[in-house]
Amino acid sequence: MTTAVLFDKVSRHFGAVRAVDGVDLAITEGEFFAMLGPSGSGKTTCLRLMAGFEQPTDGHIEIFGETAEGVPPYRRNVNTVFQDYALFPHLSILENVAYGLMVKGVAREERLKAAEAALAMVKLPGYGTRRPGQLSGGQRQRVALARALVNRPRVLLLDEPLGALDLKLREQMQEELKTLQKSLGITFVFVTHDQGEALSMADRIAVFNDGKIQQLGTPEEVYKRPQTRFVADFVGSSNVLSPIFVKRLGYPARYASLRPEALSLGEGTGGRKNVTGRLVATNFLGASNRLTIEADEGTRIAAMVPASIAVPEQGSGVTLSFAAEDLHLMDDAA
Amino acid sequence: MRSDRSTSAPLGLKIAAGAGLLFLHLPILLIFLYAFTTEEKSYQFPPPGYTLQWLSVAWNRPDVWQALGLSVRVASIATAIALVLGTLCAAAVSQTRFFGRETISLLVILPIALPGIITGIALRSAFSVAEIPFSFWTIILGHATFCVVVVYNNAVARFRRVSGSLIEASMDLGADGFQTFRHVILPNIGTALLAGGMLAFALSFDEVIVTTFTAGQQQTLPIWMLEELVRPRQRPVTNVVAMFVVLVTLLPILAAYYLTREGDQVAGGGK
Repeated sequence: MTTAVLFDKVSRHFGAVRAVDGVDLAITEGEFFAMLGPSGSGKTTCLRLMAGFEQPTDGHIEIFGETAEGVPPYRRNVNTVFQDYALFPHLSILENVAYGLMVKGVAREERLKAAEAALAMVKLPGYGTRRPGQLSGGQRQRVALARALVNRPRVLLLDEPLGALDLKLREQMQEELKTLQKSLGITFVFVTHDQGEALSMADRIAVFNDGKIQQLGTPEEVYKRPQTRFVADFVGSSNVLSPIFVKRLGYPARYASLRPEALSLGEGTGGRKNVTGRLVATNFLGASNRLTIEADEGTRIAAMVPASIAVPEQGSGVTLSFAAEDLHLMDDAA
Repeated sequence: MRSDRSTSAPLGLKIAAGAGLLFLHLPILLIFLYAFTTEEKSYQFPPPGYTLQWLSVAWNRPDVWQALGLSVRVASIATAIALVLGTLCAAAVSQTRFFGRETISLLVILPIALPGIITGIALRSAFSVAEIPFSFWTIILGHATFCVVVVYNNAVARFRRVSGSLIEASMDLGADGFQTFRHVILPNIGTALLAGGMLAFALSFDEVIVTTFTAGQQQTLPIWMLEELVRPRQRPVTNVVAMFVVLVTLLPILAAYYLTREGDQVAGGGK
């Protein structure tokens, strides 16, 4: 398998700010790779380092085996879908899509045909004569996608591409992007702060915080076996248990994560672990109820239980149980 | 939201507004009127008779043509210099952040805020100190100081609306710096430059104060007119020329006004 993008201890500092701090990663060709993190975590700077808008302060970047440092954006076989789409307001939709081919000197007829085909691919055939201002947010997003893909990049970079869309459109676009990526076989590198988006679309996820990668793995790994408290908290909403609490349950004294859906109501039998506490909150979420109990020393534990199970009275003592292997010890120092 | 109150103003206010406008524009109409009078030595009202002869007299006066030619050349070159320097400066100030950015922005605008007489004296003493003889080029330099400001102001406002990501998008799609300038930046700031250029031209064309201090023996059109007023020979010729100047400066300003207004819609369309 070919490595599409390689970061070797890459740092990008802005004065005293370490936006990206010693990042190592290898993105495989044809992969749908997500960079997930809160704002200011360095994920967008990493994307800009790949696009060539930023140069690393330190470290080494390769794109398909070629050194990328010092190579300007216009000489990289990489295209970007910008967060604000950045469509050219003075050009028609068709000219926007054909722009990349125009500056490369492709003949007019040929490039307009290719642009037309790209618009059809993103389900906007016949929109070519309009101006960006006449399209909705979702449509502009598709145009931005077509404008990048028409150049047949080897890596497509997407900067929060769905951030400005409403929920329904976002879900639809998630699916379309995934389908498109599979059919084209192009490497997609995708920046998002939405963990649901990353989990549902990506083949692998790098979770960023403070300019560093906290964890890199498949969505399942990141979700089920978070390595740090930050990941446990940011990806989903895991219960993070303190070392003392974890030790009392019979594990080594380390921080641990426990997914709310791993807990069930009532005492467990055979190998299951129990925690008891007072029920302090119940949230009805439709298909399930989210129960929060307060165990010893104020440790709060949330459990997701099916709505069909009767909810105990508020303030009453409640026992929750979980399978011993569902508690995941993390690497964080205590 | 518009208020529901009557959109019609009280009568007194209407009269006051009308009087104000008349005060502003009636003198200009008088200039037009006296371009056609038969009396050539004084401005008596009403004119004793009307004639078109001054048009042909003005047409046949070589000093008119000389002054006009000089003014057009000065204004064109000063505008050209202003377009290049003003655009570059606006690009630097609006697209990048560097130490002293705000200061440079202020220093560029300052010459138009300073009274022309200060600019004039300053340039005159500077030229003498440097022992540069007054010439066609010293006039142009003088005019360029305020023409740059007009272009800069127009361009900087438009540059701020061309988001940085447009330039990055262009680079990302394979365009180098020159292609990005030609295909993305220029179309987006073009109307602003045209408007700024026209304003600069009009400013330079009727400039008197700075010109007085920086010209040698040359007479630009406004200077020529000033001299003509002193000599009461063929007075209406001055009026004919004045009428011509009004038309020449008014049309570009109107055009600039309409161009930038349209530009708002074009540049706003992308967001």
